[in-house]
Amino acid sequence: MKYDIVLCGVGGQGGISVSVVIARAAMAAGLDVKQSEVHGMSQRGGEVLAHLRMSDKEVASPIIPRASADLILAFEPLEALRYVPWLRKGGAIVTATAPLKNMANYPDPDAVVAELRKIPGAALVDADALAKEAGNARAANVALVGAAAKHLPLEASALEAAIKELFARKGDAVVEANLRAFEHGRRANP
Amino acid sequence: MNTETLMGDEAIALGAVHAGLSAAFAYPGTPSTEIMETLQAMAEKGATTADGAKFVAQWCANEKTAYESALGASYAGRRALVSMKHVGLNVAADPFVNSALIRIHGGLVVVVADDPGMHSSQDEQDSRALAAFARMPCFEPADQQEAYDMTLEAFEFSERHEVPVLIRITTRLAHSRAIVKTAAKGRAQNPVDKAPQDMSWILMPAVARKRWKILLGKQAEFRDYAEERSPLAPASKKLGVVTTGLALQYYRENLEDYVAANGEAPSHLHIGHYPIPAAKLRELCAKVEKVLVIEDGYPVVEEALRGVLPTPIPVLGKMTGELPLDGELNPDLVRAALGLPEREGVPAPSLPPPGRPPQLCVGCPHADSFAALKEALLEYPTHAVNSDIGCYTLGALAPYNAIESCVDMGASIGMARGAAEAGLRPTVAIIGDSTFYHSGMTNLVDAVSHATNTTVYILDNQTTGMTGAQPTIAPSSRLKNLVIGLGVESAHVRVLDAHKRSHEASVQAIKEELAYAGPSVIIGVRVCIEAYKKERAK
Repeated sequence: MKYDIVLCGVGGQGGISVSVVIARAAMAAGLDVKQSEVHGMSQRGGEVLAHLRMSDKEVASPIIPRASADLILAFEPLEALRYVPWLRKGGAIVTATAPLKNMANYPDPDAVVAELRKIPGAALVDADALAKEAGNARAANVALVGAAAKHLPLEASALEAAIKELFARKGDAVVEANLRAFEHGRRANP
Repeated sequence: MNTETLMGDEAIALGAVHAGLSAAFAYPGTPSTEIMETLQAMAEKGATTADGAKFVAQWCANEKTAYESALGASYAGRRALVSMKHVGLNVAADPFVNSALIRIHGGLVVVVADDPGMHSSQDEQDSRALAAFARMPCFEPADQQEAYDMTLEAFEFSERHEVPVLIRITTRLAHSRAIVKTAAKGRAQNPVDKAPQDMSWILMPAVARKRWKILLGKQAEFRDYAEERSPLAPASKKLGVVTTGLALQYYRENLEDYVAANGEAPSHLHIGHYPIPAAKLRELCAKVEKVLVIEDGYPVVEEALRGVLPTPIPVLGKMTGELPLDGELNPDLVRAALGLPEREGVPAPSLPPPGRPPQLCVGCPHADSFAALKEALLEYPTHAVNSDIGCYTLGALAPYNAIESCVDMGASIGMARGAAEAGLRPTVAIIGDSTFYHSGMTNLVDAVSHATNTTVYILDNQTTGMTGAQPTIAPSSRLKNLVIGLGVESAHVRVLDAHKRSHEASVQAIKEELAYAGPSVIIGVRVCIEAYKKERAK
């Protein structure tokens, strides 16, 4: 078993912390894990990309080859579209629908969404609304993990445990809101 | 034995502590920054080496000062680490090259993080070439586990052979995480024990000539070690593959498919230790019909293998187009070089996504400084705005279009000064506070000495912003007095509030200094948004 995830979004959307949640859950399940992320200049409002690979055998490359990702988990629809060349045939896309237009030449958001809908296995989720329902607007990234949970080769309880671990430092209220966001996400893409 | 999930940078930091590190020094630079950040975070939590002793982990003014501090720690008999990004090694080149000649006492490990693909850099130079230039041994880990293991190995090697060791990593290894097995119990620190007083640290010509001969004499033992540590696995006669460092993983990623397509694996030599193990390369090449060299960065091994005379078998790689000469290596490029077909994915979207370039944060003080400067410059159709390395380099892009050059740390002031001396006026140097401490001060001294008609605009955001808000080497409050101390007349040192609310006053002050015919300094002060958030999150 191997499972490769491309996580993508825009700097500041919390993509890297989500990558950590899934990676921890995978390790708790005894899988080998490699995770690659970007730091530095590109983080300043630019594209943010993380690759997360898990396998019951040893993982070699920290980068996912093109056309082999099992899942694209996107925090922004244009970024989902950008990494479609990494998706394997039959792979899944779970993406937030809200465009982040911090660039002059952002295409028509409806056209972006329409392109994504053409891909079988794409789930478009209003992660911001789910996060607000859960009581913490900043939990949109975790709501997306919930929406992707059915695809992941991991138990929901393992993901919840990793969420608790990651947010423990920020207090019970934040942990609870993120767990609710995760649950709302699961229900949004059952 | 423990297992942890570590980035390459973290694995090196932990390896150094387990090797009995006494002192580490660095200047921030992507992708090396997290080595020092990890050491400092460990020290703050009370981490010690195996003997319960604390270690020192300090940011320095620049890579050269960091390197020299590490040399001093080695002189004191203790294990020292200095870390930097690839271009930082240029700044530290003087102590770096010379340190290969002295008789290293406490182990000295130099970690240099290269950035092929220029994710966050001005060039993609390969530090293996600089190690060879300095005749210094170089270790190149293939994954996080080796990053940890080779750090321990490098300290041992450094003390055994009395030479610094360069560990070369790349962005991908520095910033990817994997599971690493670490030693349960590390090594104690060396006691303070000054280097023997045998002239071996005094590089005056007569001594240096002897030390140079000694270094040249050691090359054979360095090479023997690399030969011994480079595993050769003979298999197919048709193809030999040479991998170095992380490129091993991209090769392994495709190996199963290669075997499925070709019925056998290539003969394979992996190199993680330099000088280049020439005998092992000859041994591989004697067994195969052609050889493919896969390395991330410059074609260092490939060039050596190729030489200038015809090779007995074809050598394939970056110089023959099987792999690109520029950019970061990846598993897809290696797949193509191995002659495997592209994987078939989903059809490409018909809407090609435009790029999303990085940009200044909303509310960034630099944006307000650029707005004021641009307005003040309106009355000068001809002018120069030379800039520097930092977040403010993004001022080159729309909507600011405020800066005209970015070359290396500190170049803003030197270039603005040189352009002014050559007759181009007015000239403005845009430089951050951290970059000013790093390499700006000496250029300002030049401007003062020659009474150059230029204006230095220090964007004082009280942090090293681009690398994630590390503290600067001196507090903001000292900056004005420092500039006056360097000789700039106090009437022409202007401190401005880098905020929209002070826009008019800032424009006026900038206009006055542009009109002044000598060296002037404007300090635009407001804390970095990221640094402010980071501080609040504590």
